[in-house]
Amino acid sequence: MKYLDEFRDPELARRLLREIRERTTKRWTLMEVCGGQTHSLLRHGIDAELCEVVELIHGPGCPVCVTPVELIDQAQRLAMEPQVLVTTFADMLRVPGSQRSLQETRALGGNIRAVYGPLDAVRLAREDRLREVVFFAVGFETTAPATALALRHAIDEGLRNFSILAAHVRVLPVMEMLARDTRCRVEAFLAAGHVCTITGMEAYHQFATDHHLPVAVTGFEPLDLLVGIQACIDQLEQGMARAVNCYPRSVESAGNPHAQRMVESVYEIADMEWRGMGLVRQGGYRLRESLREYDAEHRFGALAVTDRLPIVGSSIAPSPPAVCLSGDVLAGRIKPSACPSFARQCRPEHPVGAPMVSSEGACAAYFRYAVAEEPWEGG
Amino acid sequence: MCLAIPGQLLHWTETGALRARGMVQFGGIARECFMACVPEAEPGDYLLVHAGVAIGRIDAAHAALLLAELAALPAEDSFAGDSGKDSGEDNGDDSGDDSGSGAAAGGER
Repeated sequence: MKYLDEFRDPELARRLLREIRERTTKRWTLMEVCGGQTHSLLRHGIDAELCEVVELIHGPGCPVCVTPVELIDQAQRLAMEPQVLVTTFADMLRVPGSQRSLQETRALGGNIRAVYGPLDAVRLAREDRLREVVFFAVGFETTAPATALALRHAIDEGLRNFSILAAHVRVLPVMEMLARDTRCRVEAFLAAGHVCTITGMEAYHQFATDHHLPVAVTGFEPLDLLVGIQACIDQLEQGMARAVNCYPRSVESAGNPHAQRMVESVYEIADMEWRGMGLVRQGGYRLRESLREYDAEHRFGALAVTDRLPIVGSSIAPSPPAVCLSGDVLAGRIKPSACPSFARQCRPEHPVGAPMVSSEGACAAYFRYAVAEEPWEGG
Repeated sequence: MCLAIPGQLLHWTETGALRARGMVQFGGIARECFMACVPEAEPGDYLLVHAGVAIGRIDAAHAALLLAELAALPAEDSFAGDSGKDSGEDNGDDSGDDSGSGAAAGGER
């Protein structure tokens, strides 16, 4: 496909790899923030090609992975309510809650459906107005405009049976948290391009200056990632720290003002609990107070944990908990293969932690691309 | 979940601030997408589509520029010794814009 295939050209990638190796005088530590970047780096073997000059640490940019357990449990409780249909992205279905996943709850009779996008959930609400349709809205700034647009559609059409369980997270605040963490060894960031398609670059300039850390905003194809790595290394070698746009075909300095206004019309910035990371100041969005009636948590109240979900008597009753170090993985403190459960109790078909589930989770990427265990230098 | 797919706008199917939609071609598949966030898009433009919603337009000139810059890097075969280190980059140029570390960094938009 145009704008994908040409940015996977192996010959041009080889030239960039050579450029990067030549320019590097020591081994630098970079974090790719987004799980989509992680998968592309591993899938195309870039981490292995550059392992002598760059250590790539995998960041927390997997929205499914950081969605709080409490909200997953809440979605399951809603799904057991009569007349309620819970909709969400397919990635979300297998993420473990405190006792089970949405998929397992569906097997127990929960009314849960995967949709391609939030506007599909609005369509379901339109088609059956006697049914309460809840969209479980996970995702970064990239996704927030789509869920905001969906809610605007529902309001515009007078669909009183549509609501949102909001779990949107914002990526820059967690980068701030990592930059302030004294255990964090990251010397430069590869920031997520499609987040910046929405937000623009301004806040990243301030971040680079405040923390004296280079930032390269990159796309997700191999050439885009290599250009970003090169941009970081050039700065590190020269002692510079700026935010550079290595993805200008899709990222404008000011971002997308239409999308920003869409988000602002529906959401306000709020502190947010990130699974495995703890409370992140200004780390998420919540629905505006004036739109509370469309907030599923408000509409349905706090449902009791065991109201309708059977605890035992099912062939998919939960197993004894295995060790899960996903918090350390998400914060870049350990590699997935350093977790004692990795590829043993925790596998894609039986995930213990969320990063083994999602198509953007670092553990799933390590499992899928068979990354060998490697010594861990830091802590 | 942050992945967005490039596709070409074939034609608008509905206009209006909220309801705007357009038919977008992704490889061999055409699908109607919501266009409220890219009201300035024109048929023929390439868009980034995420979860059924177009979130941005792809700048063809920037894409071509990057590929041209990478193509200008010395090829593997022509590379001899350390000559590649002087391959025309000016890494010290700090023009103050968003772009510019090395061969391929893009540009201000």
